Amino acid sequence: MFSKRKKEEGVVALFERPTGLIRAAQAVRGRSWTEFDCFTPYPIHGLDHAMDLPRSKIPWVTFCFGLIGCFAGFGFQYWTSVIDWPIIIGGKPMNSWPAFIPITFECTILFGGLATVAALFFVCRIPNLKAKVLDPELTNHRFAIFVSKHQKGFEVTEVKKMFAELGAYDVKVVE
Amino acid sequence: MATNVETFIEEPLVTGRKRLKDVNDDVCRPLESFPTRLWWIVFSATLVVFLFGAFCFTYQLFAGIGTWGLDSPVGWGMDITTFVFWIGIGHAGTLISAILFLFRQRWRTAINRSAEAMTIFAVMTAGLFPIIHLGRNWLAFWLFPYPNDRSLWVNFRSPLLWDVFAVSTYFIISLVFWYLGLVPDLASVRDRAKNKVRKFIYGVLSLGWRGSFRNWHHYEMAYLILAGLSTPLVLSVHTIVSFDFATSVLPGWHTTIFPPYFVAGAIFSGFAMVVTLLVITRKVFRMENYITIKHLENMNKIILVTGMMVGYAYATEFFISWYSGNKFEQYAFINRALGPYGWAYWTMVSCNVIIPQLFWFKKLRRSIPVMFVISLLVNLGMWFERFVIIVTSLHRDFLPFNWSYYRMTWVEVGILVGSFGFFLMWFLLFCRVLPTIAMAEIKPQLVRGRDADEEYVF
Repeated sequence: MFSKRKKEEGVVALFERPTGLIRAAQAVRGRSWTEFDCFTPYPIHGLDHAMDLPRSKIPWVTFCFGLIGCFAGFGFQYWTSVIDWPIIIGGKPMNSWPAFIPITFECTILFGGLATVAALFFVCRIPNLKAKVLDPELTNHRFAIFVSKHQKGFEVTEVKKMFAELGAYDVKVVE
Repeated sequence: MATNVETFIEEPLVTGRKRLKDVNDDVCRPLESFPTRLWWIVFSATLVVFLFGAFCFTYQLFAGIGTWGLDSPVGWGMDITTFVFWIGIGHAGTLISAILFLFRQRWRTAINRSAEAMTIFAVMTAGLFPIIHLGRNWLAFWLFPYPNDRSLWVNFRSPLLWDVFAVSTYFIISLVFWYLGLVPDLASVRDRAKNKVRKFIYGVLSLGWRGSFRNWHHYEMAYLILAGLSTPLVLSVHTIVSFDFATSVLPGWHTTIFPPYFVAGAIFSGFAMVVTLLVITRKVFRMENYITIKHLENMNKIILVTGMMVGYAYATEFFISWYSGNKFEQYAFINRALGPYGWAYWTMVSCNVIIPQLFWFKKLRRSIPVMFVISLLVNLGMWFERFVIIVTSLHRDFLPFNWSYYRMTWVEVGILVGSFGFFLMWFLLFCRVLPTIAMAEIKPQLVRGRDADEEYVF
């Protein structure tokens, strides 16, 4: 995972079209560099492959917390209705588990959904209000790749030339 | 020899030769310009309507439920009808966001933002009614299981409690899903902002999103998961609402058809409300290139299908009531069609079953005036459907001595109408401060299927 704690010093190359960006990502991976990231206004198909990103682990969080929600929902209903304050309602047994299903189901979804979003925020390190916007067009219609300079074999002018050759319309140095 | 080749050219999802940059410009324009006189007039009108409703409710708060027309045996009237109505409206938004996403229906990208917003506001409106319909509204917090020194707990076995959890969960998850979709678009608005305060506000709301692909990668997974969770959620919520009736013993209520019948009806009325709102929004904000006739036509097809499911449910109920041989059941249905509420029943049948059949005709499906009128009639019919279900079963149940006739008072009508004001007020505000089209989701549709280096063909 690209550590955002490292100061963001390096080179950012801007592209007009996503194909240039994909080629750039492949070139960077080809040099076995891992401290880089791409910036796009929308997710580009194939870029995760070019960047060699492993599948996201968020579904595991969903599953775990969904399960917690399921047991918590059922458990709470069970404890209140069977142990703490058992009342005969409609002639049903105390552990009227079919009647507990709707709320159990809702708690599963609630916990699963909220945990998913919390996991996403954690993994993406957002909210991050100090994040520096590299170029305002990156949330509009341009695509960029940023390479950190803290990498083996990184040399500013050479990297700038490589991106220019791959079709970048602008290459900037980021301090 | 000429070969007869039939080429199927898909109707473009975005017309007008739009480029990526145009999407941001077109969608953000309403946010960045001062509201027009038209917006202020409409907003003031909805505000007045809402305030009248609030006044009626305040009067009821002090004078009591006696200001309503409810009496034995009709203990539920406008209140629960309108509650179910608004929850149902909310379902279309989640269907468009979640279910159409899972079915890879790419046309949803132009409408999902507004539809999801509509869901949130509809659920908010619906959520007012469990509070409004109480005799002691200030005790509404008793609905939630909070620890107390009287050792009391809520009755988890009651469908009314299941409702509390279902509607709360639905509201929270819909809000979270909608907000998640908004984050990249809020970043777009932030980056366009020239005004410092604007930049700060949208900067905070966008959580510092920069479009980092490592983030997009996880984001797409989270979005998929939320869509997958929202699908059973939306189906379960209206099912649980239908349990309010189905778990009782009244003829006309106690039937297993209610869950699928209610869910289909919810999608039906929800889509009709989306069509009503979008026909106006696309014209006023000049989004016709994004929310095209094709989008509206697709929604009308869904309205037709779900309307027929609802019609089928009506027929099934009638058949089963006859087939059951149960005289109470049989009477309940004869009373619906021929009794004192027959006027409500036939309004419902005309609006829900007969009128949507016009959508079989392509020309009518694609006609804006026709679809606008039909969408309004569908919503009228669906409000009456809930009214018919609730009131006709209550006003004449097992003992003829108990029979009565329920009429809404001005207080109830005021609250009903006020709820529309409340809903529209939020929607109008939404249109002014947030992007009404999911920019980050519609941009891939502009470039799909073409070599990205080719000129745009749309």
